[in-house]
Amino acid sequence: MLYKEFVGLRSEPVKNLVERGPVRRFAEAIEDPSPLYTDERMATESRYGRLLAPPTFPRTFDYGRIEGLELPRVGLIHGEFSISYERPLLVGEEVLCSMQLKDSYDKRGRRGLLGFLVFERTGEDPYGERIFTTNDIVVVTEAVRRGIGA
Amino acid sequence: MNGTLLWSVGDELRERTLPPVDRMRLIKYAGASGDYNGIHLLDDAAEDAGLPGIIAHGMLTVATMGLLFSPHLEYGYIKTFRNRFSSMVFLGDVLRVGGRVVGVEESDEGLLHKFQVYARRNEDTVASGEVGFLLYRA
Repeated sequence: MLYKEFVGLRSEPVKNLVERGPVRRFAEAIEDPSPLYTDERMATESRYGRLLAPPTFPRTFDYGRIEGLELPRVGLIHGEFSISYERPLLVGEEVLCSMQLKDSYDKRGRRGLLGFLVFERTGEDPYGERIFTTNDIVVVTEAVRRGIGA
Repeated sequence: MNGTLLWSVGDELRERTLPPVDRMRLIKYAGASGDYNGIHLLDDAAEDAGLPGIIAHGMLTVATMGLLFSPHLEYGYIKTFRNRFSSMVFLGDVLRVGGRVVGVEESDEGLLHKFQVYARRNEDTVASGEVGFLLYRA
């Protein structure tokens, strides 16, 4: 089991601001034409009253670092991603973000011994109310595992 | 009830075909997301990682599946999104994204519509998952 000693540890929360420019750039990069991400006037007249952030925008936030946890820089495979929102994320909001290594387990498959790391990332408003939770499964192949001497 | 959107189990979202993946798209996504991992941008880095060429960011494929719901944001939002990556996406790949309704549940906020969604290259599924789209009560 990889990084066993880090399972359960959480990073110090980092304050992030959902800014209009980065949201616009993100919407352009994913070629999402929805005016609710970029058109201030339409957003103001919508039920949200202000601009929205695209559903995968929280990917751009800083979630801080889990003290001492150094993952290999190459060779990791993103296996799964999930996000769950309590409510939509709005432009102009301040979000406190942190991450946790939730689980680590091994599986032996056709491609040898694979390590699975489950990272949970959360975003809360300044009052401590949860806005979203994401889970990522990162796969560590046997070759990468050998590279880190585990 | 919301008069403009009525989905029932089995309804399909109109499949969309995306432009071929090109390097500029990956450069733009790297800049917008902050993910500058070389395997998405540099031929040498991809080669060093044992890949046949640079690969698209997995999260760009997820974002692309989210496009299916963008026309409906006035009436609801993506509440849950779960995605599994099953194949790498390379330069020149043409992806199609689509989905269909597999369930509808009442919740305090409105009607949660569950969709199965996919991103495919020809007959290969490169990513698939489930989206819970919450349709507000009128």
